[in-house]
Amino acid sequence: MSTTITRPPASGHGPGSARRGRPGRLARGRFNLVGGLSATVWFVIVSVPLYFLVTTSLRTSSQYLLAGPLSIPKNLSFANYRLVADSNFGVYFWNTLLVTVGCVAIVLVLALPAAYAMVRSQSKFVRRSFSLVLAGLAIPAQATIIPVYLMITKLHLYDTLIAIILPTAAFAIPLAVLVLTSSLRDVPNELYEAMSIDGASPFRTFLTLAVPLSRGGITTVGIFTAMGAWNGFLFPLVLTQSSSRRVLTLGLWTFQSQFGVNVPAICAAVTLSLLPLLILYLVGRRQLLAGLTAGFGR
Amino acid sequence: MGPRPHAGGRPSSLWAVPAISFFALFALFPMAVVVYLSFTKWSGIGAPVWSGTANWAKLTTDPQLSQSVRLSVLLTVVSWLLQTAICLPLGVYLAGHGRARALLAAVFFVPLLMSSAAIAILWAGLLDPNFGLASVLGPLVGVKDGNFIGDPQLAFWVIVTVVAWQFVPFHVLLYQGATRQIPVQLYEAARIDGAGRLRQFTSITLPQLRHTIITSSVLMLVGSLTYFDIVLILTGGGPGTATRILPLHMYLEGFRAFDMGYASVLAVLLLVVGTALSLVVTRVTGFNRMESQKEGL
Repeated sequence: MSTTITRPPASGHGPGSARRGRPGRLARGRFNLVGGLSATVWFVIVSVPLYFLVTTSLRTSSQYLLAGPLSIPKNLSFANYRLVADSNFGVYFWNTLLVTVGCVAIVLVLALPAAYAMVRSQSKFVRRSFSLVLAGLAIPAQATIIPVYLMITKLHLYDTLIAIILPTAAFAIPLAVLVLTSSLRDVPNELYEAMSIDGASPFRTFLTLAVPLSRGGITTVGIFTAMGAWNGFLFPLVLTQSSSRRVLTLGLWTFQSQFGVNVPAICAAVTLSLLPLLILYLVGRRQLLAGLTAGFGR
Repeated sequence: MGPRPHAGGRPSSLWAVPAISFFALFALFPMAVVVYLSFTKWSGIGAPVWSGTANWAKLTTDPQLSQSVRLSVLLTVVSWLLQTAICLPLGVYLAGHGRARALLAAVFFVPLLMSSAAIAILWAGLLDPNFGLASVLGPLVGVKDGNFIGDPQLAFWVIVTVVAWQFVPFHVLLYQGATRQIPVQLYEAARIDGAGRLRQFTSITLPQLRHTIITSSVLMLVGSLTYFDIVLILTGGGPGTATRILPLHMYLEGFRAFDMGYASVLAVLLLVVGTALSLVVTRVTGFNRMESQKEGL
């Protein structure tokens, strides 16, 4: 059974309807020494670097050099954040936002109709192309950067944001199609039939039935495409050059060499770049996490 | 177009064409081009010139190749074993309920939000031998100068650790979700039969997670190609060539040494390995049988 959020509530009024969330409670609800211990250890491993990140970003350089790395900062300083804001962070942020929005738009506009056709069409071509797209999940982006670089320079797109958007979006399409087809398959066949008896065109069926009923899948695709684009590193690295076209991931790397030993400023930059996603995480954790394991959570 | 009244409201195959062609152009077509480029000489500027099998012959004389392959295989296998050993029990544990677990879970997943670049840069700060956490922890674990990254032996294990820090949350999430799907009746029956906690884990939880173990494992194996970002930022392949894994070797040959032809040869190798591994994913996990998996649910 799928754990994706696309699944509408299934039949569950029977006596055995303790199905979701609850299962396994008996076995795992009690105190579990081994589990609890390893969870605590991993908690420390995760939280110490995060604590270091945030507290260091709030120290002045001299405080950082004097106080220990894990000491509690005495007086908080936001000077690092000002320094980062004055060092092109806004440009990097804006570029990243454009790339992210561009990728999500392209992926949805292309993948939705394709998924719709793959679920509803009976043509052989469409069925073959579905397997082709699935096989596409297999292609490692790393292995294609040289030809992609060649193509982008031939198209005279080198050092533009479009250069980042095109391949990033292309590599998000297989998973997007996979998630959207499974969410469209959950739309009851009777609804499609009712639409076609009413004489609705495929286009109308798509707009009034398929799209609204696959909102969950659309959200999921939006989330993982956006995350992938926001955090993408390889394509920006290879396909852009000038600082006016730099995205955040590359910008952080620039900061690292620019600020040198000023680790607090570097930490402030990393914290700032994380902030938008962190806010989203706090607002919609469940949805965000479901979006991240899209297609694999089963 | 078409016989409108009898179309049955079904979309024509044209609906799939834009997505397929876009994907083909930027993902499938480059695979063919990279094979072609592996037979050319090209510095990244100007046009590639046919050079026959010269680049392929270089494979036999490249002194770096065997180390890079060995490092990649080692990093992949070690990461796979380590991460699975961490993720499986953690995922099962977090599948349970309770306030403490919910709180732990909320923190556990934060690294998921961070880019490889952010993670590598954060760790570079932590590992700074002069003022970072490494300066405090190093002496405690026998690294007196705290210089973990500067030591050829330790640098590899630093990469293993940082990669685990980045990817464990994702796989914990997979295991957590899968564990919650295990029907509670199985555990009830086992308890009635007098099975203890350990017995329940080995006889119910593990077999029920079989599918997820495979999915997660193959994702880890395939995903190991993407460890490139971390390595590039954190060590640049160094010290010396101590952490120069194959994807990084390819990048440096192509975009630093400007030998795109030979880098394409390495890319073809990565492509073959990566694609072979991923085809295993689709076979074993049943992605290609998506429909039948969903039926009857």
